Amino acid sequence: MSGNGISLEARELTRVYRMGSEEIRAVDGVSLTIGRGEFVSFVGPSGSGKTTLVNLLGCLDNPTSGELHLAGRSIFGSGHILSEKDLTRVRRELFGYIFQNFYLIPTLTVRENVALPLAFYRKPETEEEVDRLIGMLGLEQRRNHLPRQISGGEMQRVAIARALVNRPEILLADEPTGNLDTKRTEEIGEVLQELNRSRGLTIVMVTHNPGLARLGERIVEMRDGRAFEA
Amino acid sequence: MITKFQVAYRNLLRKKMRTLLTLVGIMLSSWVLVSLLGFNRGYERSLNHDIENMGYQLMVMAKGCPYEAATMMLQGGTGLRYIDQTMVDSIAKEPEVDKITPILMQAFFDPNKGDGGGIAGYYGVDPATFPGMKPFFRFRQGGWFRDETAAEAVMGYEAAELEQREVGDMIIVPEKNVTLKVVGILERTGTQDDGTIFVPLKTLQKIAATDKITTIGIKLKKDADSAKLEAELYKLPDVQVVSFTQVKQTIMKLISTARVMVFSVAVIAILIAMVGVVNTILMSVLEQQQEIGILKTMGAMPGDIFRLVWTETLIFCGCGGVAGIGLAFVLARMTDILMRRILPYAPGGGLVAIDLRLALLTLTVIVTVGLASGIYPAWKAGRVRPLESIRSDGR
Ligand SMILES: Nc1ncnc2c1ncn2[C@@H]1O[C@H](COP(=O)(O)OP(=O)(O)OP(=O)(O)O)[C@@H](O)[C@H]1O
Ligand SMILES: [Mg+2]
Repeated sequence: MSGNGISLEARELTRVYRMGSEEIRAVDGVSLTIGRGEFVSFVGPSGSGKTTLVNLLGCLDNPTSGELHLAGRSIFGSGHILSEKDLTRVRRELFGYIFQNFYLIPTLTVRENVALPLAFYRKPETEEEVDRLIGMLGLEQRRNHLPRQISGGEMQRVAIARALVNRPEILLADEPTGNLDTKRTEEIGEVLQELNRSRGLTIVMVTHNPGLARLGERIVEMRDGRAFEA
Repeated sequence: MITKFQVAYRNLLRKKMRTLLTLVGIMLSSWVLVSLLGFNRGYERSLNHDIENMGYQLMVMAKGCPYEAATMMLQGGTGLRYIDQTMVDSIAKEPEVDKITPILMQAFFDPNKGDGGGIAGYYGVDPATFPGMKPFFRFRQGGWFRDETAAEAVMGYEAAELEQREVGDMIIVPEKNVTLKVVGILERTGTQDDGTIFVPLKTLQKIAATDKITTIGIKLKKDADSAKLEAELYKLPDVQVVSFTQVKQTIMKLISTARVMVFSVAVIAILIAMVGVVNTILMSVLEQQQEIGILKTMGAMPGDIFRLVWTETLIFCGCGGVAGIGLAFVLARMTDILMRRILPYAPGGGLVAIDLRLALLTLTVIVTVGLASGIYPAWKAGRVRPLESIRSDGR
């Protein structure tokens, strides 16, 4: 998509929450560049602005100021704000998301959950993606199970498959193992690393788990809304 | 793969009890609506059928309120006013008259009929002219009387059914202890005639010890001026003229009051059901904010979510509507009985006539109203922002 190898570029991104007369600068002038195929971990204390930043990068939210370029395209900048529809278009083109809670649809089977995004939007040549991902994430035996019939680790793998079914360029993961034990956390870590290596998937991950964070080639630390790279 | 429709209907299955209750609400309102529409049609049709099958369009009787006469008849046959039979000949001379027949109505109290007795209605009819008025009468058994003074009777379908009579049986006129031989039993006509016992006029006059009659039935010539004849008849002393067109109008007027009331009930039922739909859908939208949010991160547009939620409403109203209409078909007979209880006058025959057209009309109404009530919850769901819904999750 972008020829120059840059997947994502943020300049002076700022997000201010206004609570009455109080202003919280949750993200305070963050500039960073993430290249295609990079695996970047965001760490930092609670309330330091990790989620807020990652949401801005993932077009889930509009910044108060600053610029964002994605795949060579200017998304936010010079005060222009995208409508919900435009944000949706950018999101479904470029991103897959996973969260601490898996948000599987409880009435749909594993396979149906994975295929669900295709009901709304479908990139060309994604027909076989559902089964390929199910196979790759080791969910064959579970394909016809309902979410309540599988383990937390499996649920997160279903969520990963669902996030990838439309072949996104960037996977955004906000504390993907926050609800999982050590063993499952390691499993998910391996899956993410494998996806990054074999498919060249760009991964932006927030985590409190130092072991998991170390899987990233880069670790960005957030403090009071600012980003510091080790 | 999975379609939006599947997502919508599986979602409805999630809260089974709530879905079921809402469905029952829609079903009941659709049942009420289609039954009422069917009743509206059926009632008028049966009334027309009744009136056409009277055979005559005008009836002349002694002055007095016809309802009063009817009540008196029901109370035991005494007190009925009579008119002279000679009047028949003078009316027959009027140019508008096609056919004319004298009738003597008598009602006797039969202590053996039903629980605690009942009224047996006897019609003294003229064998020469009465059958001509009712060419549509069909005999299940036997035929008309042998002559005009025979001690014979022709029984209406239900009258015969009730007493398990066959041709050749002897029946006893209550109160009078006169024996009559059954010579004919009529097929069902779906009118009041079904409950009547017909006897030759002269025979009944002898039994009732009178030479008078109570009623004259008049059949008009084709295209004759009914109003002119009515005016003419009113000149006769002490009679009143009942025109069945008028009777029909009066009855329809009486019915329309009942109709307005029942329609209000239907409208209220539909409104309540729709409030139920809005409530159910809105609740599920609120409960599933996060899921809706996640659909949006997957690339669902506000319009997609709107349609998804709207589809749920559509499924609700479609299923509930169809079930209600089915129920109405199945319970038409019961509705009929219920209606007869609350109506001032009910003709014979089916009161509730539901056909495919009415069913489709009802379904359209239910679905339209349902879709209208789905707009708000669907719009609300479409506006859910992915971020807030995911954040609203006590991180
Ligand atoms: N919707 C909001 N309205 C107001 N303030 C908010 C909102 N979202 C976040 N904040 C504030 O912004 C700051 C950064 O929050 P954020 O969720 O980005 O932190 P975080 O680093 O992800 O924390 P955690 O590790 O606990 O998830 C916090 O002070 C938080 O209270
Ligand atoms: Mg966070």
